[in-house]
Formats: sequence, structure tokens, C-alpha cells
Amino acid sequence: MTTATPAPAPAEVRGTPVLEGESQWQIVWRRLRRKKLAMASLALIIVIYGAGIAAPLLAPYSYREINLDRSLEGPSAQHLLGTDRLGRDMLSRTMYSARTTLIVTTAVVLSGSLLIGNVLGLLAGYRGGWLDTLVMRVGEIFSGLPALIMLILINVSLGPRVTDAMRWIEDHTFITGLVASGFASYMLVFSTLSLFFWVGTARIIRAQVLALRETDFVLAAEAMGASPWRVITRHLLPNVSFLIILSISSTLGGIAGSEIFLTWFGVGVQPPAASFGAMLFEGSGARTFQAHPHLLLIPGTVVTMLLFAFNLLGDALNDAVRGR
Amino acid sequence: MSAYIVRRLAWLPVILFVVSFSTFTIARFGPGDPVSVAAGQIRDPEVLERIRVERGLDRPIPVQYIKWLTNAVQGDLGESYLQQGFSVSELIFPRMWISAQLGFVALVIVFAIGIPLGLIAARFSGTWIDPMIIGTLLFLQAIPVLVLIPPLIWLFALQLNWLPVGGWDGIFDVWWIGGVIAVPIPDPHLYIPLIAFTLPGFVGVARLVRVSALEVNLSDYVRTARAKGLSEAAVQFRHILPNSLLPLITVVGFALASIIEGALFVETLLGINGIGRFLFEAVTSRDYDVILAATVIFSTVFVVTNLLAELCYGLVDPRVRIGSTRR
Repeated sequence: MTTATPAPAPAEVRGTPVLEGESQWQIVWRRLRRKKLAMASLALIIVIYGAGIAAPLLAPYSYREINLDRSLEGPSAQHLLGTDRLGRDMLSRTMYSARTTLIVTTAVVLSGSLLIGNVLGLLAGYRGGWLDTLVMRVGEIFSGLPALIMLILINVSLGPRVTDAMRWIEDHTFITGLVASGFASYMLVFSTLSLFFWVGTARIIRAQVLALRETDFVLAAEAMGASPWRVITRHLLPNVSFLIILSISSTLGGIAGSEIFLTWFGVGVQPPAASFGAMLFEGSGARTFQAHPHLLLIPGTVVTMLLFAFNLLGDALNDAVRGR
Repeated sequence: MSAYIVRRLAWLPVILFVVSFSTFTIARFGPGDPVSVAAGQIRDPEVLERIRVERGLDRPIPVQYIKWLTNAVQGDLGESYLQQGFSVSELIFPRMWISAQLGFVALVIVFAIGIPLGLIAARFSGTWIDPMIIGTLLFLQAIPVLVLIPPLIWLFALQLNWLPVGGWDGIFDVWWIGGVIAVPIPDPHLYIPLIAFTLPGFVGVARLVRVSALEVNLSDYVRTARAKGLSEAAVQFRHILPNSLLPLITVVGFALASIIEGALFVETLLGINGIGRFLFEAVTSRDYDVILAATVIFSTVFVVTNLLAELCYGLVDPRVRIGSTRR
């Protein structure tokens, strides 16, 4: 019997009637679909992310095309959402900012939650011992720190070094445009955010793995001589996949927000790359707001709606998985 | 019990060491060279080298760190580059005091308004009032302070002219009635920062109180209280309220954390001379000694508060300790 023993549904998935032959994912999706707010949030997130993906195709102008003759204009037929201080099209900037948010959240979720958090959580929970102690203590230190302030410190100190390193790569290889395209600052923001956004996932997964480790199907697999790799990938991972989705959905807002705050502070994504943080900063003076409210209100509305949608969807998903 | 406290307290210096050492190392990697800062206009390599040796900057980083730490615990946090002639401690401590006052008032208000809102939501659970309260608070939480503050200043300061545009003038003003009786009233500078600090914080407190009040509501002693004919008000205030407040201790840490991090943006946007704005200025001018000192102070406050909250929770609810014993 080499195939994975069918795992009992985790306690969280019990609660509402389960139809015959329905997978756990289908149950959760069915519950989630009934929640109108959650669906609206999902739609909103898809629209904003879709705008980010399609920005190079759909944006009417380039995000860096400066036209000083037409600066600080209100909405018009040529510029649907007006222009900023340098005459750049606000609609295009907003779409490219959504692209930045999309890139940063996806990259951090992939590396921080899916890779680091997942692997460390599984290993710590399954192997236990010194590895468990080490991972949990390091996690405790990270979660005990004020993340935003440490991120600011790391980015302001290492930012110039990373830029230097990228310049060196440009000079010594055929790769070009790393610094000019803002790639350096993206890399820095994404790697430092990953550093702080793995802890939650790792903790949740470890706790679940600790419980799963004692279950019969894992013991059976071990008794039949399954390697740790096999136990982890075939028996444990499928049973914590819900928790991974949950922890991702609960951190998305935090990741997106952190990038915006860092960029506002001047240590995140560097100009001319578009970011909501940079747009908000440009519109944030009280006098500026009085004269040109669209500079703040356009990115502000999008950001608020996006963060609100992340929160609502995360809550609803949590409820759906826990059987409500 | 005491073993638990000792174990948690023993963890504190470890975290503080890791925080300060990593902060120090990272800050030393920054491009700002403390030697050229100290030398000012002088660019003679020999002079620079002499200062480097004098200040021990040619030594390995751990040695430098120990020296910095020894000075730091004695209150010497280095010199500011931006405001020459001032030591970092001279600059930082008055600002910390301002931030601490503001943060404390904000924390009190978050709880003073969040708790009743949570109780009301629980009381009207099952009606439209409950989701409306929680939904509104969730929405308020989603508005970043960066987006919230400029419209607030515009509305209250520029349009209505009710409040000052920014700045800080203490918590209380004294209002003289007939020139004889002094009544303390909140300073007008206080309102906008407090709105910005507290609006995102209500939802955390309110939701926790709501869930815990709903739980308490189902307990036997509340049913007994209702059964023996106590008025609804007495049940709410004597039985439900005290017992739903317990989990709140856990969010003190969270609430304070968001206030500490919010200080960076609120103080900067409102021109309040607190430690948040100080850090912003230091970051924009790459004033590394200040960045280092401010980060270490911020982190220390953060870590200590979290630990205190955890200890309080352990004291109030002995069940918590079971979870903390290691497997």
C-alpha cells in the first residue's frame, strides 16, 4: 500500500453537511460562495490585480512619461483621472502601482509564506528537538520586533549596498537595466518583507503538524518505512494546505500595506517605479490636498478598498474553513 | 508561577541583545561613515585615520558593539549628524516623552471606545446592528493613516478652522472659569493625531470583546443571573462585562504596537516633534547614529510591552501557562 492513506478531514472542516464525493476544497468554496461580501471582495481584488497584470497593455500612458505642460490637471478626456505634479497620467500610475502591489505581495507570499514558513513549520513540527526549538525561538525574536521599524532600518542601510551590487553586476555581465528598472529596490523590499512574514505561517503549520504526527496514518506510513520526505510531502503537506491558504489570506493585507508604508517613507520601491506609497506621499500635504485632492484620493481609495477587501476575504475564508 | 515569570524575564535580555546587536550591525553596513561625520569639512586621510582609531572604528564590529552598548546603557547614544553639537540622547528623550504621552492617551481611548462598541455588538448579535458596527470598524481599520490625515487636516484646520494644522502643545490646556477655577481641557493639537491613532485600533478591541461577551453570555452563571430575575443592565455590567475583558490584555501589546508604528506616519504628517518624526527625519537625511538609537529604543519599548502584556495575562489567567510549557 504505497498510496497515501486517505486523511481524515481535519476538525476544522467538519461542521456543515458534507456532500458525497466532495473534496475539502469544494466544501470550503461552497461555503465561501454563499458569502456575498467575500465574493465582492474577491471580485475587487481580482479587478485591481487584473489591472496590475494588464497595465502594460491597458494603461493609456507610460507611468514615467513626464509632461510638464499638463501637470496637476483634474480628470479630462485625455487623462481620465487627471495628472500628477510632473504631468504623469494618474490612471496609468495607479495601474502600475497595482502592478507593484501585485508583484510584491505575490513574491513575498511565495517566498515568505509558501517557502520559508511552510518548510520551517513542517520541519520543526515533524523533526522536533533542537530544530523545533531553534525555529520557534528565531520566530519569537522576529515577531517580538516592530517589523516596520526594522524594515525601515534594514532598507535604509542596505539599500545603497544592494544598488551598488546591482551596478557591479551590470558592469561585469551582459545584464543591464537592473537599477534603472527599479529591480534592485523591488528585490530589497521583497526579501526584507519575506524575512518578517514567514513566522505566522510557520507557527500555524508547526502546531498542526505536531498533532498530525501522532495520528495513525502517519504512524502507519512511518511503520512501513516511508522516508521523512515522503511523510512530509505525501501525508503532512496535504493536511496543512488549508492552513497555508488561511495564513496567506491573513497576511496579504499586511504585506501590501508594508510595501506602501516603506515606499512612503522613501525606503521602499524607488522612483520612477510607480507605487501607491509614492503616490500617497506626493498628495499628502494639507495644502496640496486642498488644491489637488485627486492626488491623494485616487490612490487612497484604491488602497483602502484593496486592504478592506483583503480583510473581509481573510475573515470569510477563516469562517468557511472552520465550518461556518 | 514564579518559575514562569523567571523564564519569561530571562528571555528579555536575549531578545534585547539580538535586537540591539543586529540593529547595530545593519546600521554599520549603511553608507554613512561615522568618521567623515565627526571630521566635518576635513578630508585629510591622516586625520580621518586618526579619528577612526581614536573612536575604535578600526576594531571588529563585536568590539565596537560592546563599546556602543556600554555607552548606551550609560545614556550616551552617539552624536547627531543632522543637528551638530547635540548628542542623540539630548535630542531623543524629550521627543520620546511627547510620543509616550500621545501614545498613552491614544491607547486609553482605543479601549474606552472599543470595549463599549464590542459589548453593544454582542448585545445586539443577530440583528443588523452587530454586523454594522463591526463592518464599519473593519472599514476604518483599512484606511491607512497616510490617506486619513490629509483630509482631516484639510477639513478641521483649513476649511472649518477649528483645530491647528499640526504641532504639539502638551496634553492639557488650562481653562480658567472667572479667573479663579482652573479646569483642564484637552489641547486642540491633540484631536487630529488621536483620531488618526485610534480609528484603526477600535476593531481589534471591539471584536475581541464581542466574541468573548458572546461566549460569557452562554455560560451557566449568566443564565442563573437572568433566571433569578436580575435586570438586563445588572447582568450586562456585573456579570458579562468583567468576564469578557480578560482576553483584552493580549491585545494591549498589539494595540500599542500599531500605535508605535503609526507614530512614524502620524507625527511626520502632523509635524509633531515626537520620536516617530525624528526617525523619519533621520532616515531621510541618513543620520545613522540617530536611526540606530531610535530603532533600538522603539524595539525595546515594543519588546518590553509585549512581555508585560504576556506576563499580566499569565497572572490573570493561570490556564495560559499550560500552553506556554514546552513539549
